[in-house]
Amino acid sequence: MATYAQAVRMALHYAETHLGLSHVFGQDVGAPLGGVFTATQGLKTAWNTPLDERGIIGAAIGLAMAGKRCVAEIQFCDYIFNTIDLLKLAGNTCWSSNGGWCLPMTVMTPVGSGIRGSIYHSHSFDAMMTHIPGWKIVMPSNPKEAYGLMLACLQDQNPTMYLLPKALIYGKGDEAIPGEPSLDQEGSKQLREMIDKPVDPRLAAQWEPNWPTGLTDYTVPIGQGRIVREGADITVVSYGRTLPLCVKAAHRLAEQGIEAEVIDLRTLWPYDWELIATSILKTHAVLYVNEDTEVTNFGEHLIRRTVDELFYDLLAKPRLLAGEFIPGIGLAHTLEQASVPQLETIEKAISEVVAGKL
Amino acid sequence: MNAATPLASSDLLAIYDLMVQSRILEEQLIKMFKQGHGFFWIGGPGEEAFNVPLGKLIKKGQGLDYDFLHLHYRSNAVLLAMGMDPVDPIRQMRNTATDTHSGGRNFCGHLSKPEWNLTPITSPIEVQYVTAIGTGIAQRDHKTDAITIVTGGDAGTAEGDFASCLVWSTRPGQELPILIIVTNNQGGISTSYATQHAERHIADRAKAFGMKTNVIDGNDVMESYAAIAEAMHYVRTERKPFLLEANVSRLYGHSSASGANFQAEEDPIARFRECLIQQNVLDVTSIKEIEEKHTQAIHALISQVLTERMPDPASIFDYTYWQQKGRVM
Ligand SMILES: Cc1ncc(C[n+]2csc(CCOP(=O)(O)OP(=O)(O)O)c2C)c(N)n1
Repeated sequence: MATYAQAVRMALHYAETHLGLSHVFGQDVGAPLGGVFTATQGLKTAWNTPLDERGIIGAAIGLAMAGKRCVAEIQFCDYIFNTIDLLKLAGNTCWSSNGGWCLPMTVMTPVGSGIRGSIYHSHSFDAMMTHIPGWKIVMPSNPKEAYGLMLACLQDQNPTMYLLPKALIYGKGDEAIPGEPSLDQEGSKQLREMIDKPVDPRLAAQWEPNWPTGLTDYTVPIGQGRIVREGADITVVSYGRTLPLCVKAAHRLAEQGIEAEVIDLRTLWPYDWELIATSILKTHAVLYVNEDTEVTNFGEHLIRRTVDELFYDLLAKPRLLAGEFIPGIGLAHTLEQASVPQLETIEKAISEVVAGKL
Repeated sequence: MNAATPLASSDLLAIYDLMVQSRILEEQLIKMFKQGHGFFWIGGPGEEAFNVPLGKLIKKGQGLDYDFLHLHYRSNAVLLAMGMDPVDPIRQMRNTATDTHSGGRNFCGHLSKPEWNLTPITSPIEVQYVTAIGTGIAQRDHKTDAITIVTGGDAGTAEGDFASCLVWSTRPGQELPILIIVTNNQGGISTSYATQHAERHIADRAKAFGMKTNVIDGNDVMESYAAIAEAMHYVRTERKPFLLEANVSRLYGHSSASGANFQAEEDPIARFRECLIQQNVLDVTSIKEIEEKHTQAIHALISQVLTERMPDPASIFDYTYWQQKGRVM
């Protein structure tokens, strides 16, 4: 069973072998490290750049202009902020040239809390990123979809932003990626031996990956969310780190007779409004959950749209549970827990919305 | 033509002709602005002696076999020398629907032409120096004589993107075929270079990276032509970067925002004209003829463009994504 990091790696391998991916680059992305989260180990197209985020995004834009398919990594989204105007540029190049230029490029960057990353390894980027038109933005929450959404990004003709929730990066899913060894413990061990670079430097020096041969073009279409759990009492919409927590909270609440329908948005832009709206028309209540700071949060947009379009179908106030509006996430366990949604706060918010239904 | 070939009289005349065409075009664009036929003017009067030779020497076409261009907003003369129809900047000035570079969306001087690898000229100062890295990488891998050419002003070199270009283009063993050009008009909008920069020449900064450099008088056609040809030859054959700094004039100030009025700086066209008269390539009659020919042609184009339609308001959503039309969500 693949981890999220292994899933990304296998998708990139598939793409460099079959989809014309020619450059995977960023800080420490190539050998010897293969990415600080190992997501780019063993790739034949991976290389290391200078420590220069603006250079990295600029290079991706230029490669795309030259018709080259690339994935540029920003090591942590906490360090992407000095490239905002370049992200704007990538997002407006097709539009400002009135359709003359397209930029088929993918930027991937780890986001969010959950690894005790303190102030500068815990930022979220979904609120900021969804303010930038011209991009497609995805944020998978399990390895299989991490694979499928990466392949979708690498076949799109537009700039795509791939946000990796780092809390999930070494986590496993419960569905197999087509072509990976079996889903059980034995399969995980086998995959590790095949595609994880040995930590021992002597072994690492001569290591070559042994990629699974049966990997496929399994793709999750951009723009489609997924109902992860069905329920009739409330719609809970989330993505990234908080998605599995919402599912867990829903399972717990089922014991108290509350049936929550949980949607994994998967694509933040353009998002699957039809899926959300259909669910709300069934449950008449909605909670949006993400961990970015709550002021001008993407969830606020979703609430606005819910109110605009579905107000008379709601039987409870629509709610957003998001990160506190504070400058950063403090290192201490107590601080991190209090800063962003956790299982308990999600469970509480779901119950409160349901309890408030008319 | 390469560095070694002396320019024939016909070449010199062709360059002069383009310089005059470009100047008249810029002056007419300023007039359009002042008459209320456009919202903003920025352009390159004063840079013709450098920009026309640059345009002439570019390997023009689409795709990796041709030069990729990441240009500054003072590059009309470069594009005219490449064969651009002068109606293009006029349409952009008027922001008509017929503007093929931006569909009425962008300022004049912000050209874009995928057929010639002209990546969109954009307002944020210096971003072209990082996007040039990407086309440079693609061309390093592609292994033809095609190169990436990036141009910008002197004040903008204080931005980190300029330093990025120096670092990335000289990574050991991974050098990039980029011709890095700085047109130095001794200042930004109003802030003079001398008050902000201690480096004698901007080009000196590239020396720390082992890069070949040259500082030239960009108001001199022959010097510019030879220096560009030499620098290009080096980049095309060695597949390594070169920094060329050209001192140029800025004859109508920064832009319409600062009035766009004539400033008494050296006029490269007057200088070249003198030189051609001395060489008997040009006489008083032909000088007049060339000016009249272009003035009339540009007047006719302006009259035509003034009748062309504005963009459809419903088109605002179009091309947010590749080949997409209408609202996305
Ligand atoms: C990043 C950025 N900062 C500020 C501006 C506003 N601005 C436009 S042109 C300019 C001066 C540029 O000077 P220089 O780079 O020397 O080029 P020149 O206009 O002299 O050719 C400034 C400050 C801008 N367009 N982009």
